[in-house]
Amino acid sequence: MTTTHDTIPFHEAIAAFDPVLGLETHVELGTASKMFCSCPTAFGADANTQVCPVCLGLPGSMPVVNRTAVESTIRMGLALNCQTAEWCRFARKNYFYPDMPKDYQVSQYDEPLCFNGWLDVTVETEDGPRDFRVEIERVHMEEDTGKLTHAGGATGRIHGADYSLVDYNRAGIPLIEIVTKPIAGAGALAPLVARAYVTQLRDLMRALGVSDVRMEEGSLRCDVNVSLARPGEPWGTRSETKNVNSLRSVERAVHSEIERQAAVLLSGGRVIQETRHFHEDTGRSTSGRSKEQAEDYRYFPEPDLVPVAPSREWVEELRGTLPEPPSVKRARLRAEWGISDHDFQTIVNAGALALVEDTVAAGVDQASARKWWTGELTRIANDRGVELESLGVTPAQILRVEELVATGALNDKLARQVFDGIIAGEGGVDEVVAARGLAVVSDDSALLAAIDAALEEQPDVAEKIRGGKVQAAGAIVGSVMKATRGQADAAKVRALLLERLGVQE
Amino acid sequence: MASITREEVEHLARLARLQLSDAEIDHYAGQLDVILQSVARVSEVAEADIPPTSHPIPMVNVFRDDVVRPGLDREAVAAGAPAWEDDRFRVPRILDEE
Amino acid sequence: MAVMEHDLVRQDAATLARAMGDGEVSSEEVTRAHLDRITAVDDRVHAFLHVMPERAIAAARDVDRRRAAGEPLGPLAGVPLALKDVLTMEGEPTTCGSRILEGWRPPYDSTVVERLRSADVIILGKTNMDEFAMGSSTEHSAYGPTRNPWDLDRIPGGSGGGSAAALAAFEAPLAIGTDTGGSIRQPAAVTGTVGVKPTYGGVSRYGLVALASSLDQAGPCARTVLDTALLHAAIAGHDARDSTSISAPVPDVVAAARAADVRGMRIGLVRELSGEGYQAGVSQRFDEAVGILTDLGAEVVEVSCPHFEYALAAYYLILPSEASSNLARFDGMRYGLRAGDDDARSVEEVMALTREAGFGAEVKRRIMIGTYALSSGYYDAYYGSAQKVRTLITRDFEAAFDKVDVLVSPTAPTTAFRIGEKVDDPLAMYLNDIATIPVNLAGNAAMSLPIGLAPEDGLPVGLQIMAPPLADDRLYRAGGALEAALVDRWGHLLIEEAPSL
Ligand SMILES: [Mg+2]
Ligand SMILES: [Zn+2]
Repeated sequence: MTTTHDTIPFHEAIAAFDPVLGLETHVELGTASKMFCSCPTAFGADANTQVCPVCLGLPGSMPVVNRTAVESTIRMGLALNCQTAEWCRFARKNYFYPDMPKDYQVSQYDEPLCFNGWLDVTVETEDGPRDFRVEIERVHMEEDTGKLTHAGGATGRIHGADYSLVDYNRAGIPLIEIVTKPIAGAGALAPLVARAYVTQLRDLMRALGVSDVRMEEGSLRCDVNVSLARPGEPWGTRSETKNVNSLRSVERAVHSEIERQAAVLLSGGRVIQETRHFHEDTGRSTSGRSKEQAEDYRYFPEPDLVPVAPSREWVEELRGTLPEPPSVKRARLRAEWGISDHDFQTIVNAGALALVEDTVAAGVDQASARKWWTGELTRIANDRGVELESLGVTPAQILRVEELVATGALNDKLARQVFDGIIAGEGGVDEVVAARGLAVVSDDSALLAAIDAALEEQPDVAEKIRGGKVQAAGAIVGSVMKATRGQADAAKVRALLLERLGVQE
Repeated sequence: MASITREEVEHLARLARLQLSDAEIDHYAGQLDVILQSVARVSEVAEADIPPTSHPIPMVNVFRDDVVRPGLDREAVAAGAPAWEDDRFRVPRILDEE
Repeated sequence: MAVMEHDLVRQDAATLARAMGDGEVSSEEVTRAHLDRITAVDDRVHAFLHVMPERAIAAARDVDRRRAAGEPLGPLAGVPLALKDVLTMEGEPTTCGSRILEGWRPPYDSTVVERLRSADVIILGKTNMDEFAMGSSTEHSAYGPTRNPWDLDRIPGGSGGGSAAALAAFEAPLAIGTDTGGSIRQPAAVTGTVGVKPTYGGVSRYGLVALASSLDQAGPCARTVLDTALLHAAIAGHDARDSTSISAPVPDVVAAARAADVRGMRIGLVRELSGEGYQAGVSQRFDEAVGILTDLGAEVVEVSCPHFEYALAAYYLILPSEASSNLARFDGMRYGLRAGDDDARSVEEVMALTREAGFGAEVKRRIMIGTYALSSGYYDAYYGSAQKVRTLITRDFEAAFDKVDVLVSPTAPTTAFRIGEKVDDPLAMYLNDIATIPVNLAGNAAMSLPIGLAPEDGLPVGLQIMAPPLADDRLYRAGGALEAALVDRWGHLLIEEAPSL
């Protein structure tokens, strides 16, 4: 079952082959009720408490389409510059699987609701930002499956499990599926293009309000298709890597699959058409089901649902609800903030654009907002291998930190500790400050006591300063900062020290 | 049109999750062949320009409002289950990942 | 004449309702009389899979109590009914005639049951049927065949043989059937009873265990045209839980049945649904009935529906295709039978063993055909072509209804055949539906009503009336007129000639 291949370095793979990508992204829509029934969609409920005859697939039950899900899909399609079908149907995709209550998925097949669009993405290169147009094949609606838990066996994974348990709360939650046309010509930038594309899809959905895309809850799932071609030759056999569930993983999955396929081809082997499974822990994929005997889904029009035929008036009405297109918005923000392309791209690459924007909107100046999100917070997110927004830090908290810095109650170093505390779940800014005792020591008598103690410990240094060697003051200031665990304002300590010793700068 | 082979019957049975015996496979191979040959005549009149009918009464755009309503009590959900454990449906081991 | 002087079970629903309204008899008495009749005859007829005496009597008492309190009640309040075992009723077994659902009790009511309850109709029990409604004889029930009350060695039609037999055996004055290719009308024809397949979408399918979703339609069954109309009115109408439910008002079928008038009505004889393959006595009674309609003032003309000859082929592709998908959910994971789970076998093996053990031969046969017809490489030739034939048949109907108000034909090509006669010959069995199938493909409405006994075997013959979509009232207008003329001629309903068992 699990086969691992040798890989070759990425740059060698790219030197020999052009990668071609295809991305299929499933996102759970943020509707209140499910796609075809009135059960709630809230995450985290007790197992099998958000189900009804329809989403359990009980005999005799019938689906009814959620209007908001249709509208969300059309709006997403419009935002992706797609055409909206004048008439389309749902289709049944037939295959047996215990997480699928009816043993068919209600989806769309040859008549998607939206089709033929594009999304422009920008990636940072050594020569500056570069734009790519990702062509969109289709945007359609479908329903999610239930959730399996594997029991017994050693790993809790499907392989080796003794049996499985099914919770159908997730079954029937509306999904939007966005499929790209083949993305060719990105070369070494392919992994970054893939990541930038999914990042932008996510931002777009949030901006549209069709989904809040909680990635840590698995509400965005990406299937990554990769094939390689020697320059000027036809595209090779593609593999499909399933369940790539974070922005970082999308990049890594493309990267590692290019290396793997190149190794196979360069050693004279053949890439087989197969489904592969991506592992977050290793950043690599393992072989799954071979697609040599492709599953025959026996699609046919869903007879229990009537066609969807959005009137042009309805489509235009929905178009009127679209927010500013991302490219326009970026140009506007860049201008408003007055920053360089490079600085702007740093924000985008960090996946922090919406967060910075929200933080600026909360009242923080753009430089500080950028500093926190693309600096300290990005570093912490990367260390933990999570997305920025799942750190749990809010724009309002950044504003509060900035307020405390402005009044001198915090300094940058302490502010970092405040964020550590927030991320560790210790509460909001003021709670963390209080609990950790992080206020800057501004009481002169406390500082003077610390200065006196330091001078007593280092009489030789004290003598040097008195003798006019002002640069020696640093050692005493350092001791005081250490003694106050960084909670003092260093400039103030220095001033007090010099005053104490009667020395001029 | 096509004549159904034993292998095709086995393939269909697998697709349809039917564990047929050898005798049944032989039996169905013969019967399906006869039935399919008799229904294949639909293609005699199915000209390219005739639109297919999937729904007998033409209707479009039947939607419901995005409103939550309570579903079933978990006791009612569990009542019909062939096997139930830890508030979930218990199912046999799954061999292959989808 | 007071009904209490007569056998309660031989009264029609309208008469019983009137007697209950007049205080001549209580619903409890009426219900008990039918339950007693079931006890007396159903071991021979086997119309019922499940009888619910306590629940029925409790419901009847409730109706009697509310009637005594002066509450307004519907026109069928307190009248007993037999429900085909393909519709869910909360807490009561629903097997669809299959082992795979043995013991399953749905946690919800079908819309039809909900409407019957709110109309205060008393549900006596669930009736036998071909497994998952696949068949024309009720021999494909996993629980044994139902017998035709006119001749216990013969089939009562199918798939709704249980509902039709319950009416003909005087076990219930009303019944619910479902009609995918004739399963209401063909049983009505061979049991001397009345059955209507409403316009597709006229009666909600919510809670009707699907055979072929684009063809299935639940409908009313009774022994008179008026009773059928009263039941039709009780169950029909828009339902937001069925996306294919029609939101237009239900035509006034009760007024049409009472009007019972065909003067000036243009009636078309479908050329393709007569002649070769139709039993002599069937053709003879049909021709006589057409004569009566002419005498009553209808204008009868012959029309041609040239694509009807492809209907059977299209039907036996569309039905199995949809059925193969609809029946996939019976996999032993969430409800019903699970076979072969020994804690070692895989989910795939257990699903296959469950379906092998739980489904009968006809169900497996159709699942296999449907799986084939939908599979890649064959879809266009089979399923796709069948859907085009469907368009052609709809166009034939539209052209015919440009010229006439209703169409008529014999309901079935033969009278009831003997149990076992065709059970191993699927193609011969499928031919029973030759006249009823076009209506299901096009979605329009149709009725079967009794028009006499075939001279050669003394068994009932049915006449089918077909109306355009949403013109269900025309069925009742014509059927009511024909029934009245026949009752005039015979002095009684045909069903009165059925053996007393
Ligand atoms: Mg999909
Ligand atoms: Zn639900």
